[in-house]
Amino acid sequence: MTALARPSSTVGRVFEHRWVQYRRTFRSTIFTSFLSPVLFLTAMGLGLGSYVSDSAIDSLGGVSYLVFLAPGLLAANAMQTASFEATYPIMGGLVWNKIFHAMYATPISPRDIALGNLAWIAARLTLISAVFTVVIVLFGAAESPLVVLAIPAAALTGMAFAAPIAAFSATQKTPNKFAAIFRFGITPLFLFSGTFFPLSSLPEVLHPLAWVTPLYHGAELTRGLSLGTIADDPLVAIVHVVVLLAFTVVGSLITIRTIERRLVRG
Amino acid sequence: MPDDPSNPLIRARGLTKRFGEFTAVDSIDFDVAVGESFGFLGPNGAGKTSTMRMIGCTSPITGGTLEVMGMNPAVHGPQIRARLGVVPQQDTLDSELTVRENLAIYGRYFGLSRAEVGRRADELLEFAQLTERANDQVEPLSGGMKRRLTIARSLINEPTLLLLDEPTTGLDPQARHLLWDRLYRLKQRGVTLVLTTHYMDEAEQLCDRLVVMDKAKIVAEGSPRELIERYSTREVTELRFAPGIVETLDGRLDGIAQRVEHLPDRILLYADDGEAAAVAVNQRGLKPETVLVRRSSLEDVFLRLTGRSLIE
Amino acid sequence: MITLRVTPAFALGSRRSARLIERNLYVYKHGWMVILSGFFEPLFYLLGIGFGLGALIGTIAGPGGEPISYQLFVAPALLASSAMNGAITESTFNFFFKLNYNKTFTSILATPLSPGDIALGELGWALIRGGLYALGFMGVMVALGLVVSPWVILAVPAALLLGFAFGAVGMAATSFMKTWQDFDLIQLVVLPMFLFSGTFYPLDAYPDALRVIVQLTPLYQGVDLIRSLTVGAISPILLFHVAYLAVMGIVGLAITSRRLDKLLLK
Repeated sequence: MTALARPSSTVGRVFEHRWVQYRRTFRSTIFTSFLSPVLFLTAMGLGLGSYVSDSAIDSLGGVSYLVFLAPGLLAANAMQTASFEATYPIMGGLVWNKIFHAMYATPISPRDIALGNLAWIAARLTLISAVFTVVIVLFGAAESPLVVLAIPAAALTGMAFAAPIAAFSATQKTPNKFAAIFRFGITPLFLFSGTFFPLSSLPEVLHPLAWVTPLYHGAELTRGLSLGTIADDPLVAIVHVVVLLAFTVVGSLITIRTIERRLVRG
Repeated sequence: MPDDPSNPLIRARGLTKRFGEFTAVDSIDFDVAVGESFGFLGPNGAGKTSTMRMIGCTSPITGGTLEVMGMNPAVHGPQIRARLGVVPQQDTLDSELTVRENLAIYGRYFGLSRAEVGRRADELLEFAQLTERANDQVEPLSGGMKRRLTIARSLINEPTLLLLDEPTTGLDPQARHLLWDRLYRLKQRGVTLVLTTHYMDEAEQLCDRLVVMDKAKIVAEGSPRELIERYSTREVTELRFAPGIVETLDGRLDGIAQRVEHLPDRILLYADDGEAAAVAVNQRGLKPETVLVRRSSLEDVFLRLTGRSLIE
Repeated sequence: MITLRVTPAFALGSRRSARLIERNLYVYKHGWMVILSGFFEPLFYLLGIGFGLGALIGTIAGPGGEPISYQLFVAPALLASSAMNGAITESTFNFFFKLNYNKTFTSILATPLSPGDIALGELGWALIRGGLYALGFMGVMVALGLVVSPWVILAVPAALLLGFAFGAVGMAATSFMKTWQDFDLIQLVVLPMFLFSGTFYPLDAYPDALRVIVQLTPLYQGVDLIRSLTVGAISPILLFHVAYLAVMGIVGLAITSRRLDKLLLK
């Protein structure tokens, strides 16, 4: 924990590097992290949502499908952006342009590099979640002012993916396994972790599987905030937060270790 | 008859290549005979690569006529290419395949059977000294290895004519000598070689005959020996002076040699007896920091023809 | 005498095109996981959206207007969109890499092969890959009991036709691309089409004007064709769909061949 608790200005320099890079490429990220969730919300929430049968409304917590879907997409979008940011850019810094090696030759430590990058991802997630939350409000899909808190909740959901994935990315020499992470990890989670339909639609035996994935907890948390139902069961909300924090903190500590090992070994 | 040895393998008359307003090759004439080793010598941008690509039937000509193996590239491109080996200036190896697969699939592009391709791939790996790397990916290979693989690949169809565009540019001396050795063996086997280079030593080593190109035109033609005899003296004396001295020489070298060239870093005296020229310099009380007497090379021919050095 | 070398637009290759397919087989010998994993994406969507979300919907109006189960509605559309996505991936990203980075085609043109052979060979490969996915997905549909009409046998060739149309146009578009950033434009076309072309819900969700626009998209042509074959709603309009896709593919291929001539035979 001490490694995380002591921020230093050198972390800020790593963060700044990512910011400078981002200013040059942000045009193409507008599509993936902003336009894409809006399109999904329109097609599935408004289009397909109009075909959801009245009898199903109960299982959605008594709200329209659009209202049900929006916070789920918010969490899922944070997951997808976080996973991307924790794979290819990390590989870039360690393998392709070796910029992390160059940083390591300055007073910046491997810990700074790890935390600087994770801090950058957290900032990106906060930004895209804030923009998407505004869209949700404009769609009339938020039921409670607490939806403001869905922004940090979504960012935390993303970090629960970014941190462990970054730890893994730092051990890889080629990007070959990344495609598998997306196809067999991120895509199924996107479809099955309570984003598009309540967990009760899945067979009972699969429920424990969903409980251990961060996206389930993230989607439940953002939905509770957006619908304003979070106060009904505060203990459950706390469990969601604790699970997400645990993934984030443990993942970050391992990221520090794996980046350090990679840079020191060369 | 295309294969009649008395007919040239390549025949170009008024051959021209234009890219929009820019003329890359300006009405050049040349013949390449069967079994010959023919070189295009010239600096970057002289039009060598454009000429090679036209011969390789991957670049349509914009003027003049060109015959390769008695056929017109515009009509019989595929038939001509079937009998060509091409080593482009930049390696175009398939980075998604292994060393051996690069050879094998290339043979398949020529329509060779799998069995035949396998047999030739093994032979060529041996020839290129890459047998141990056969199942490795291409990317980690050294520059020299990649170049050898590109040459091996160009031989998979047992070509009649091998086109080599700057075969050794960017290689270290050891790798170059190994490549020259391989190319020399091909020449011994009767393969016609056409190569471009801006290295004099390479042209002298490999070419029976060459043309010197400059600014899209051919400015001279002959064997390396003929060109040196025609455009230079037997020997050259190179003088280097301390900074500031050259400006004060002011005609004091006149008459010592048949010709004097002032380069930014040195002065060249062209004389058949270089030692005598060096002695004469001494007798006039001049004190160069270094004096080097050497035989004339194609570099001197090029300097004489264009007033410029080849590699700037 | 001035001679120009022009590949006639419709002299599109020969038996030598098959060598390109052979090359791609070599490549995927090292990465067969990539091929295999492509099969799972539509499967996950079928399970997640078709069955998970479908449980909230029940039945929906099919091509002939008669109510059908949501799974039966969405499965043929997923077959169509995976044929589109597979063809687009091969003909855009992979094609761009081979054209501009790997210099694959430059080296091939030094052999007897022509640009027309390359265009046809690459497209042939994309279709083989797409055909495998279509067959696999069809197998899943059979296993899940989503087969109700003998006409469904024609759904696989219909998916190939759709792949042909998108693959050819994808290559043509890619031949105009200069940087990787330009691929955002392809995403900008593909994702909205995937979400809005009657894939997930019937067109009667749209106002009339919008419905006409959607009906003109190539994915809608493919979705309606494959869905009609799946449920056995045979009508003359299907011939129009076939003609539309065939023309699209032939035009795309002719443009690709021309462009390759121009790009590679300078």
